[in-house]
Amino acid sequence: MPPGIELRGLDLRYAGAEIFSGLTLILPPAEFSVLLGPSGAGKTSLLRIIAGLEPPDAGTVTATDNAPLAGRVSYMAQQDLLLPWASALKNVCLGARLRGEPQNFARAQELLEQVGLPHRASARPAELSGGERQRVALARTLYEDRPVVLMDEPFSSLDAITRVRMQDLAAKFLAGRTVLLITHDPFEACRLGHSFTILSGSPARLAVPTRLPGIPPRAPDEDGILHLQGELLRQLAQS
Amino acid sequence: MIRPFITIIVFIAAWWAVTAFTSIPPFMLPAPGAVAQTLYQQAPYLAANAGVTLGEILLGLLVGTVLGGLAALGIAASATLQRWLWPILVLSQAIPVFALAPLLVLWLGFGIGSKVAMAVLVIFFPVTANFLDGLRRTESGWLDLAHTMNGSRLHILLNLRLPAALPAFASGLRVATAVAPIGAILGEWVGASSGLGYVMINANARIQTALMFAALVILAAMTITLYVAVDALLRRLLTWAPGG
Ligand SMILES: Nc1ncnc2c1ncn2[C@@H]1O[C@H](COP(=O)(O)OP(=O)(O)OP(=O)(O)O)[C@@H](O)[C@H]1O
Ligand SMILES: [Mg+2]
Repeated sequence: MPPGIELRGLDLRYAGAEIFSGLTLILPPAEFSVLLGPSGAGKTSLLRIIAGLEPPDAGTVTATDNAPLAGRVSYMAQQDLLLPWASALKNVCLGARLRGEPQNFARAQELLEQVGLPHRASARPAELSGGERQRVALARTLYEDRPVVLMDEPFSSLDAITRVRMQDLAAKFLAGRTVLLITHDPFEACRLGHSFTILSGSPARLAVPTRLPGIPPRAPDEDGILHLQGELLRQLAQS
Repeated sequence: MIRPFITIIVFIAAWWAVTAFTSIPPFMLPAPGAVAQTLYQQAPYLAANAGVTLGEILLGLLVGTVLGGLAALGIAASATLQRWLWPILVLSQAIPVFALAPLLVLWLGFGIGSKVAMAVLVIFFPVTANFLDGLRRTESGWLDLAHTMNGSRLHILLNLRLPAALPAFASGLRVATAVAPIGAILGEWVGASSGLGYVMINANARIQTALMFAALVILAAMTITLYVAVDALLRRLLTWAPGG
């Protein structure tokens, strides 16, 4: 069982300007938690703090099992961050190279097959479409096999159909992990989330999370998904 | 592809016109025909000396590139090296290499050593500065990713920052290729017993201006060919980088 994550009293200031203060939130273990909110609210900053890439000005980020979080988090950004000089396969193994470990190419190949790219292992990123590149990035994330996955608008640059496919892949392969997904897309939030919460205001505050009924990934034409989206939009508008 | 040839033909035509229609004496500006004749008649002599200069340039490029590359890597890897080495490197650029040429000849002799050292001196800084610049500008998203992957400093340097900096390294190498001949020729001017620079100094002293021009033509052709070859090689190796 992966750990949940507890954020307590997080403050962040940039050059005196208060971005958010006193953020408190629990990401339940093995669930997709979705974070929404207006541009500039501080979503990416919050995610970077959880990933250990930036220290908060106050507050703590802990795992619910009380073990340190470092080394148990992987991170998918809006850009795929693939290395242009390396093949898809070598991009998937990047983590091993950076740690000085032997690369497990068989496993990387298997992951590429799982995300639907069995024939593109030797292709360089420039030869791949945007959707294919995000799949390689997903395979790279899966290669790390971390219990906690943080995703910052990973599918926002994709067309509607590719995005729905990527959402399905992410839901399938990240199920059972503790996931925090940032998105601007209410539809994506409603398809993938066990719960969502909204970060807004200045300094930003977190709304009480709203639980979504049923089990993700919800089919795009599932009854009630439209209703959920309406509810979410209402909350976003009020925030 | 055709444009450089047009430029060269126009240049030679203008040169010829100046020699044909003005009263500039041949010992100041020989006609293109006279230079071509010298090139042909003195071909073995010129070729032998061009070979010496080419050897100096290539050796200087090799040594300077390796040293410059290692210096940049060392500075990027170690804050201590950066604090000590970088100011020295920048300061060293305040000393004109020309001023060092006589010293180098004194220390390393009339042979190939002092010329290679000169070439190394002129290319070391462009190689180091460009490569280091590339090593320092690794995309922050990649470094964040590497950090969440628990990468080690050394392996991040070797597997991420170094390949990402290769296009910058290539820019430094291109500059180096263009200036390395200057270093070698300068060394030959100050003191040598062979090489194109030696030919030029000798010819100049004996007012064999056509021979001097012939040496100059060969030097220019050599430099351009070398640059084009290095540029093509780098483009082939770095197909992933935008613009080669
Ligand atoms: N390194 C930084 N230095 C100074 N200010 C910053 C820095 N990073 C972010 N900010 C500021 O902090 C605020 C929050 O930025 P952040 O990127 O977290 O927003 P966001 O909610 O992710 O927005 P978006 O939805 O557009 O991605 C913004 O006002 C931004 O200008
Ligand atoms: Mg953001």
